[in-house]
Amino acid sequence: MHIPDGFLSLPTSVTLIGVSGASLWFSIWKATRELVEKQVPLLAVTAAFIFAAQMLNFPVAIGTSGHFLGAMLAVILLGPYASFIVITIVLVLQALIFKDGGLLAMGANIFNMAFIGGIVSSWIFMGLKKILPKNKGVFIALVGVVSWLSVVLASFACSTELAISGTFQFVPVTWSMFTVHAIIGLGEAIITAAVVSLVLSVRPDLVALWDGGK
Amino acid sequence: MKNKNFWFFTAGLILAIVLAVFISPFASPHPDGLERVAEDKGFIDMAQETWESAPLPDYTVPGIENEGVSTATAGAIGTLSVFGVGLLVAFVLKKRND
Repeated sequence: MHIPDGFLSLPTSVTLIGVSGASLWFSIWKATRELVEKQVPLLAVTAAFIFAAQMLNFPVAIGTSGHFLGAMLAVILLGPYASFIVITIVLVLQALIFKDGGLLAMGANIFNMAFIGGIVSSWIFMGLKKILPKNKGVFIALVGVVSWLSVVLASFACSTELAISGTFQFVPVTWSMFTVHAIIGLGEAIITAAVVSLVLSVRPDLVALWDGGK
Repeated sequence: MKNKNFWFFTAGLILAIVLAVFISPFASPHPDGLERVAEDKGFIDMAQETWESAPLPDYTVPGIENEGVSTATAGAIGTLSVFGVGLLVAFVLKKRND
């Protein structure tokens, strides 16, 4: 769901550059306080994995594909603010090196995928985690459900921006975006839950949001 | 402990490179969710090319004729670039802890 330049109005793009810039500043400030030694290579490997996995478009319907987002994977492994930094690195390099996502639209793309898909989804994850039974199975299931939700919410943010920009009417564009991303989200849920359960089984100490089932 | 970390992270990076090099040439070439909606709703033509200096446009290496090799090479360069930038950024941010 990388928005190219031209889809969004100037005020929408500029506003979201401001919001994403402020979020990045805050995430950097948090990282300087919370990022520990072993998370340095973890952040780099997570970013590299997300970039690679984003290249792997899978078919979701006739003539349509989707790909992994990875914001929730980074949230679970590194926490919400480091996740924001990871997704921002991926999106900036994708735009600058591969022309994937616009320059003026970069604020919107970071807002949708790193802020909504990562930070906001992490709040939902942590809220639900508090009220649900504390065990590994529930944790993995919740990772899957919120990963699905993160893609759907990011696509909702995207369609809202398209509507605010006057590119297309809100209801039809939102419905179309929802129906496609509800399917793409299933891929997101499966991949994220699989990777998290793999890391949890070999290196539970590297899963930031896992507290040992307490 | 250091050794354990080294092998875990090396395995993760190798997995990422394998995905980008050997799997990406077989990825679905169809438009993604947003592109599909933009085509169906008729606003795909509003997309503008604002960044002509991208060295590897659309995950291809200009000059490499073979599509699969081009995508795989772009994937390897991208994965290592993201890893390198990630390492640098994380190292700089972490250091201020001390």
